[in-house]
Amino acid sequence: MSGQVTYLQNLQRRAFGTPKDTALTLIVGLALAWLAWLAIDWGILRAVWRAEDVALCREDGAGACWSVIDARHRLILFGLYPFDEHWRSTTAALAIIVTVILSCVPWFWAGRRIITLWTLGFATYYLLMEGSLLGLAQVTTDKWGGLSLVLFLFSSVVLLGMPMGLGLALMRRSRLPVLRLTASLLIDFVRSLPLLTTLFTAAVVVPILLPDWLQGDKIWRIIVAFALFFACYQAEVFRGGFQAIPHGQFEAGKALGLGKWQVLWLIILPQVFRHALPATINMVVITFKETAVVIIIGLFDLLASAQAAFGTGEWVAYYMETYVFVAFIYWAFITSLSRYGEYLKDRLANEEH
Amino acid sequence: MLGWKDIRQMTAREIALQLGVIVLIVVIIVSAYQSAQYNLTRLGITSGFSFLDRDTGWSYSFSLLERSIDDTYRKTLLIGFLNTIFVGFISIIFATILGFLIGTARDSRNLGLSTAASVYIQIFRNIPLILQVVFLYAILIHFPGPKQAYALGDVIFMSNRGIMVPVFNMPLWSAGAAAGLSILAGIVLFHVNKSMLRAALLTLTATVVAFAVMLLLTRPEGEPLISVPFLKGLRFREGGTISVELAAMIVGIVLYGAAYIGEVVRGGLAAVNKGIVEAGGSLGLSPFAIWWTLKVPMALRSIVPPLGNQWIFIMKATTVGVAIGFSDLFYIVSTSITQSGQTLELIGILMGAFLMVNFALAQAINWLNRRLALKGYG
Repeated sequence: MSGQVTYLQNLQRRAFGTPKDTALTLIVGLALAWLAWLAIDWGILRAVWRAEDVALCREDGAGACWSVIDARHRLILFGLYPFDEHWRSTTAALAIIVTVILSCVPWFWAGRRIITLWTLGFATYYLLMEGSLLGLAQVTTDKWGGLSLVLFLFSSVVLLGMPMGLGLALMRRSRLPVLRLTASLLIDFVRSLPLLTTLFTAAVVVPILLPDWLQGDKIWRIIVAFALFFACYQAEVFRGGFQAIPHGQFEAGKALGLGKWQVLWLIILPQVFRHALPATINMVVITFKETAVVIIIGLFDLLASAQAAFGTGEWVAYYMETYVFVAFIYWAFITSLSRYGEYLKDRLANEEH
Repeated sequence: MLGWKDIRQMTAREIALQLGVIVLIVVIIVSAYQSAQYNLTRLGITSGFSFLDRDTGWSYSFSLLERSIDDTYRKTLLIGFLNTIFVGFISIIFATILGFLIGTARDSRNLGLSTAASVYIQIFRNIPLILQVVFLYAILIHFPGPKQAYALGDVIFMSNRGIMVPVFNMPLWSAGAAAGLSILAGIVLFHVNKSMLRAALLTLTATVVAFAVMLLLTRPEGEPLISVPFLKGLRFREGGTISVELAAMIVGIVLYGAAYIGEVVRGGLAAVNKGIVEAGGSLGLSPFAIWWTLKVPMALRSIVPPLGNQWIFIMKATTVGVAIGFSDLFYIVSTSITQSGQTLELIGILMGAFLMVNFALAQAINWLNRRLALKGYG
């Protein structure tokens, strides 16, 4: 088409369209470049990299002291997991990461495939980390920590919370008043409370309310409570997906002679999942981010292991480097997930037109 | 929607299912009650709210009111509640202002501005809030001591003891009264005035007047109107202190919340009909006038509902204060539980407080929504 502006031309116009635009772009660009330079200068050019060189960190003009990461990265990534077994923790964490990456491939977006994938990934993780069923040395959950604990919390919350959320959404849509009311009350209640309150209740209050034999490990109580939190938000996401489906489809399904559950499973749910996909990924991203609060309930997550890493004498001064490292790990995971969500949203939006 | 009347239309299986759910809930409640009684007797804890009148005997970091370690649990919990509300509201106000600026920059036609805003959003939105707050706290407590404090024009000092700022020389109760009067004036003015803008400006004026009057009335004899901090010996005298915990909390929550609100605002501004903006341009309106009188009022209608969710999120986010020892309600409740053992009562109070605050906020947002609704539109 004639008169159409190319992408680059548009950018150029937005940057240098008028003298005022040019000035603004230059000022902001210089400020950003200056900040980037400060970061590169501190973090790369003047940085000290190896643990043996820690003495250099104290010299004038030394930048970031990555020696702390070189010396303590195993503590940060694996927590208190036995040193000789770290390969298990690494493989287990990779299993979860691969599971998440594979879930982004459309081929897996079918009920049975995605369920198999997640069950497999999660089972690999659990069997490797716990060990006793594979004939390896047993490591109990209180020794799990660092990044691999974060990945464990994240995947078990999503795995457990997704069916719970679907169940709550179906209950809330049910024509049976008891189911509907129970679901609405539960969803609204959990959604008005801070996540920390819910987790704290699971950690501290539930032991009082349950008989001893039902309590289980603290970590499982926290996971169930976290999954409930996830489910209550995810139920609202699914509800949005249900609302996008014209009512005629239920009737069409019925007219084909399908039963109520067949209509739901074969016709409605695949569309609900599709409509709810962007919002679901958003929820998954939020869940990943929110796992960071478990440090307060006393789990040894990435943040806790980072604080332990600079907690001993010689490394105290390098808190900044440790936090930057951990922040970067979170940022990398969260950014790639949410970027994927945005890409998917655009793709689905385009398909509909 | 079907009501109770339709019970005759239900199949036997459906009725059985519902009865099953009811029985299950009752069983859960009864057995929880029984285990609670058993466990509490074993721990030697008498349930009930009489512990509220006992003295706490412990101290904590921040309070708006006069406090001592001889305070009762009732008063300590009230202080924790006020701290949560205080930090929550301050953070909501600043995060909203910053969020509007960032969202506007993100929506800007200028490439530099929109790039800067999106860099900001990509950084602050994608790192967990608790990590940001803890990080900020670590940076602030590693500031130099009072003698080497960073000074801004000799009136603001930043040291590892917190940020010292000049304050109006008025007692706390009088500042509280002035704030209360301004809020009251704001409620009345927003109800009476049709134009949101005029109501906002009038409220701002009323706030300034209320503080000026209270300041003149209650200033201690012979002291200046504004008290400026200065270094004497090893510590600062006069002025006001924003403690390290409070500063880390507010700055952390505001930076994080603003990134989310910025996205909400950008979405709202981008959804405004282009024709309206072009019409404004052809009428010769300045870019600022287009933004303030056309885009913002139109965008507000789609901004307010998600903005309200962010406000509720910020209120709930104040619970991360416990990670840096800021005495918000969650911190006070969890310390009280360790100290007194009254777990069930205290958790009940915590939940009740959050339900109440979030319900009130949701009502306020609904009111704002109705207020903004265009006549004749959905």
